[in-house]
Amino acid sequence: MASSSYIEVRDLSVDFSGENGAPKAVDGVSFDLARGEILALVGESGSGKTVTSLSLMKLLPEAARWTGHISIDGVDIATKDRRSMEDIRGSKVGMIFQEPATSLNPVLTIARQMTEGLRRHKLLSATKAAAMARAALLDVGIADPDRIMAQFPHQLSGGIRQLVLIAAAIALQPDVLLADEPTTALDVTVQAQVLDLLVNLKSRMGVGILLVTHDIGVVAETADRVAVMRDGRILETGFVEDVLTAPQHDYTKALLASHLTLQQALAVRSAGNSRFPR
Amino acid sequence: MTPVPVLSASSITKVFQAGGKQLTALRGISIAPLAGETFGIIGESGSGKSTFGRIAVGLEMPSSGELYIEGERVDDLPASLRRKKFLRCQMIFQDPYSSLNPRLTIGKQIGEAIYAQGVLDWRQIRGDVGELLEKVGLRRDSADRYPHEFSGGQRQRIAIARALAPSPRIVVADEPVSSLDVSIQAQILDLLASVQNEHLLCYILISHDMSVIARLCDRVAVMHRGRIVELGPTSSVIGTPQHPYTRNLLDAVPRLGRRRSGHGPTTAALPTHGDDDNLIEISSGHFVLQSTAM
Repeated sequence: MASSSYIEVRDLSVDFSGENGAPKAVDGVSFDLARGEILALVGESGSGKTVTSLSLMKLLPEAARWTGHISIDGVDIATKDRRSMEDIRGSKVGMIFQEPATSLNPVLTIARQMTEGLRRHKLLSATKAAAMARAALLDVGIADPDRIMAQFPHQLSGGIRQLVLIAAAIALQPDVLLADEPTTALDVTVQAQVLDLLVNLKSRMGVGILLVTHDIGVVAETADRVAVMRDGRILETGFVEDVLTAPQHDYTKALLASHLTLQQALAVRSAGNSRFPR
Repeated sequence: MTPVPVLSASSITKVFQAGGKQLTALRGISIAPLAGETFGIIGESGSGKSTFGRIAVGLEMPSSGELYIEGERVDDLPASLRRKKFLRCQMIFQDPYSSLNPRLTIGKQIGEAIYAQGVLDWRQIRGDVGELLEKVGLRRDSADRYPHEFSGGQRQRIAIARALAPSPRIVVADEPVSSLDVSIQAQILDLLASVQNEHLLCYILISHDMSVIARLCDRVAVMHRGRIVELGPTSSVIGTPQHPYTRNLLDAVPRLGRRRSGHGPTTAALPTHGDDDNLIEISSGHFVLQSTAM
């Protein structure tokens, strides 16, 4: 774990209802994220993991009220207006979402979408921005960046779209990436490639990654630290090798128990007295 | 008594016309799942697994090949007779939010499936619906409620009740648990298994998730680019995968106790398959697609 934290979250609570006493979407969450580490927020739907990551970028819906303290690179974001949040998003903190199809504009070429952010944040000329976009695509393992840049999103597979989004994010050289279920919509062989890429970005470029996921297997393979969330709270947090091998909380134990190895899954089938014993 | 295949597909192909271009989704699929058997089809997006599922329930017609339901050929029947025969094949879809009609009560939409079978007395239908709801673990009085009043897992239970309503022999479940939380997945898979035992149903379970297949399926066919590249008893295919694609697929599944290196996953090179390639039996009931163009 790196020495100093880049993102600090203290006692974050988010409330959508506005009523006192109603359950909160996020309820007193605290964590740190440093550069060069992957922290996984793991939980099932409704656990508050996505709302937590959106809070960091002040991207919550209007109706939401949040309390607590969030600082990014030493700056308290409560003091930041919309304009200065836009400067933080992308250039300091990159974002990757679950559904690569909806995160891209269908009527613009990949080149146009990738250079837009570069020109906005880095104030680059069109040629320079295109060169950086091209380099970023090569960086994420796309062998023919020129062909991809000339295409529209619908011409690309889901896996390539997600690689393009990651490339667009890292082209801005952010210190930290927020990745919300980045591989959930992808095929398992493509998922393996994307997870490997995230680990690579962490170790090669020192990017810090907040990985939001429901998949404990993904956590085991990629994250350095993990926070297990349920009902808006962090139930258990620690280094992955500790939490996954010696879970303390019953919910963490249940989550681990529900992740069957293929051999265990086969055993469940046999125990169910299938009429076709093999 | 030798088990008879309830559904038998022989050399099914499917070609779609897309913008003047031809897209071959299926290149000769032959399977014959048995009564009481859960037959898995695993593959990634674009493998053709869902297209095959839609053909198996009559939502699409094959471009060539033959399809038999309980020994009777159905792909060349006139539309009206075909529809009747395909009542024997029902489907459960991935997304329980969009596969139910939001404007009809649960009882009405399950009841319609019984009505379609020729039962015309709604009092009797209502009784049958109540029984079905109890069978899938819901209360009888759920019949008067609307889909939005239920959680994702409960809706998938409703979808199962709806599929069972016309007393099918074959149920095709296309990714039935992939939109559900893991804790709910196990419940739905258990429900599918118990319902099957009671009705001696034949399931065709389509999934991208090897652990779902492992948990439920007796046999599995691995599909890649419109072909079956490997087929056999689930434990044998998972335990001793033979085709490089199957090995890649199994290796990619995230697991506890393994760390990603960051240097790219190691994957085996895949052979190219021509139309003359055949499935070769390598052990009892375990087949692998062999490339003739070595």
